[in-house]
Amino acid sequence: MNFSIVRRRLAPVAVAGAAALVLSACGSDPETDATSDTAGGDGGGETDDSGDGSESSLSGSLSGAGASSQESAVQAWIAGFQQQNPDVTVNYAPEGSGAGREQFTSGAVPFAGSDAALDEKEMAAAEDACGAPAVNLPLYIDPIALPYNLPGVDNLNLSPEVIAGIFNEQITNWNDPAIAQDNPDATLPDMPITPVHRSDESGTTENFVDYLSQAAPDAWPHEVSGDWPTDLSGEAAAQTPGVIQAVDAAEGTIGYASAAAVGDRTTVAVGVGEEFVEYSAEAAAAVVANSPQAEGRAEHDLAIDLARDTTESGNYPIVLISYTIVCTAYSDEQTGNLVTEYVSYVASDEGQQAAAEAAGSAPISDEMQTDVQSALDSIEIG
Amino acid sequence: MTTSTEPATKPPGRPRRAKVRPGDRNFSWATRAAGVLILIVLAGVAAFLVREAIPAFRADPAEIDGGEGFFAYVWPLVFGTLVAAFIALIIATPLALGIALFISHYAPRRMAQGLGYVVDLLAAIPSVVYGLWGIQWLAPNVRGTWEWLADNLGFIPLFAGPASATGRTMMTAGVVLAVMILPIITAIAREVFLQTPTLHQEAALALGATRWEMIRMAVLPFGRPGLISGVMLGLGRALGETMAVAMVLSTGGFTWSMVSSGNNTIAAEIALDFPESAGIETNTLIAAGLVLFVITLAVNMLARWIVARREAFSGAN
Repeated sequence: MNFSIVRRRLAPVAVAGAAALVLSACGSDPETDATSDTAGGDGGGETDDSGDGSESSLSGSLSGAGASSQESAVQAWIAGFQQQNPDVTVNYAPEGSGAGREQFTSGAVPFAGSDAALDEKEMAAAEDACGAPAVNLPLYIDPIALPYNLPGVDNLNLSPEVIAGIFNEQITNWNDPAIAQDNPDATLPDMPITPVHRSDESGTTENFVDYLSQAAPDAWPHEVSGDWPTDLSGEAAAQTPGVIQAVDAAEGTIGYASAAAVGDRTTVAVGVGEEFVEYSAEAAAAVVANSPQAEGRAEHDLAIDLARDTTESGNYPIVLISYTIVCTAYSDEQTGNLVTEYVSYVASDEGQQAAAEAAGSAPISDEMQTDVQSALDSIEIG
Repeated sequence: MTTSTEPATKPPGRPRRAKVRPGDRNFSWATRAAGVLILIVLAGVAAFLVREAIPAFRADPAEIDGGEGFFAYVWPLVFGTLVAAFIALIIATPLALGIALFISHYAPRRMAQGLGYVVDLLAAIPSVVYGLWGIQWLAPNVRGTWEWLADNLGFIPLFAGPASATGRTMMTAGVVLAVMILPIITAIAREVFLQTPTLHQEAALALGATRWEMIRMAVLPFGRPGLISGVMLGLGRALGETMAVAMVLSTGGFTWSMVSSGNNTIAAEIALDFPESAGIETNTLIAAGLVLFVITLAVNMLARWIVARREAFSGAN
């Protein structure tokens, strides 16, 4: 009687409701990303015939896509560039490095941001799309600091082997002799070490792990990837704020995070050669400047092999670099002008300073600026 | 719409065959269209998931995360998803039952209404807020409990130590999920209990039953199918919940221990890895989404089956 009405009314509701919940659960996040559509550099207004020099003559719109790591820097660059050129609109879709490279090599966007340089296959695809080789420009340097939470210890020196041992869970207590050896003056407590890593896939993880495997190959047996090795337990936390929060929440923790987010927390001085280097913007820019160009790259391609295992004084080897990838030829004059002007603003002192303020990145060295400018000068337009 | 109200204004009692008015016809079509639309959307989503998931099933096992193929990748996630939802249900169901009975049968009317609103309000809080609450308040406060469990009941694999230093464990995620699904279960249980025929309740009381006995004999059997539906709705939400789990849980590989860090759910894995995924990785995540879709569908069919089976024995008829 009554009861069957209730049942009839509720059961479909249950099914539909639950289905809707699931749909929204797995649909919402990706979809918002996907809808921020990126059309290529299609011009909104007419280009003035002389696209050189005078910035006010620029107009139109420019769309890029790629790494989310440099997103807040890109926002600052876009704001600064649009202020100089009021008729220009620049969009950047932070869909991830992979998506950015994919769209760039298929010709969908005229520039891309990526935490990794294009590989050989992608370079070939990009050459097809551009009609000329692409170049990778390291314009965003983000030092990765290692914050730790250890009351009574304000300075902590750790050599690469010890860092790898800690994150590989071989060194499990703060009073371990290996740590004491680097820190003769500190009173290290008898406390278990809780390493904190990112639970989401991230360029920060990839660069940190890359550092460990290059600087301490014997102590770090795991593959280099943006995902933390699943056979390690440790603590995991989502995104940079999550890592910081986890480090704050418990004593005995140590994590890795973009230096901008670390603030005035105690951080590890990393062993480089015979000395220990605290992270700083200068030390991070120095390691990028001192790193050799990656093998087999063309003249203006600034893809570098980061010297993670550097022993040079004053270099801080744990950095994330994010490239801006552009073509060396643009058939569309307007797009070409917009790209060169935008990227040269990004590489300028002003652009690098804006990124440092907005995202805490380390401004690139003067030498790198010159290299980027000559790469931009080599771009053929029209 | 104005035409559809017309029949009500006519004097009653004319035994004439009702004319089909445009309003009736239009409304009937509109509802039918709505019904069909939801099926089309559902089929569309399923088709999309299958299409995007196929490359992951076909891919070389070495290309999938973990390097051992899709099923090796997805089963720990399925386990984590089911366990988190199960913990949430174990906590939320008795609590929701109690709250619903209190509102429907024990509380003074005015208080019952207020309490009902408050519980419903819990459903309006965004899951990100639950996540923040879980990380910043709940985890540090339950850490001691998990440590105690690991120290004293560590011989049971579920509580094997070492307990997480930050308290962000599967158990914590389960507690957060329990709070999140509480309003759904409570709201449905409350509505169903309120519909128990007054005659049944009065009959039980007239036979000398106490209030508890009346509830046991008249209200609970009548409300059981509704309660199960509510629990299944809650389970649906717990299975699909993304943000709160992604934020609260210290994710990792498979472990039996519910008080150390480790395990992950399908929805949280998708949320965490999708933004930086590309190529086959995206397909793998969508395939995991398909698995979640199938699990939820199975859970709902199971719920309907339980409700249908219990009908004959419910005692309500």
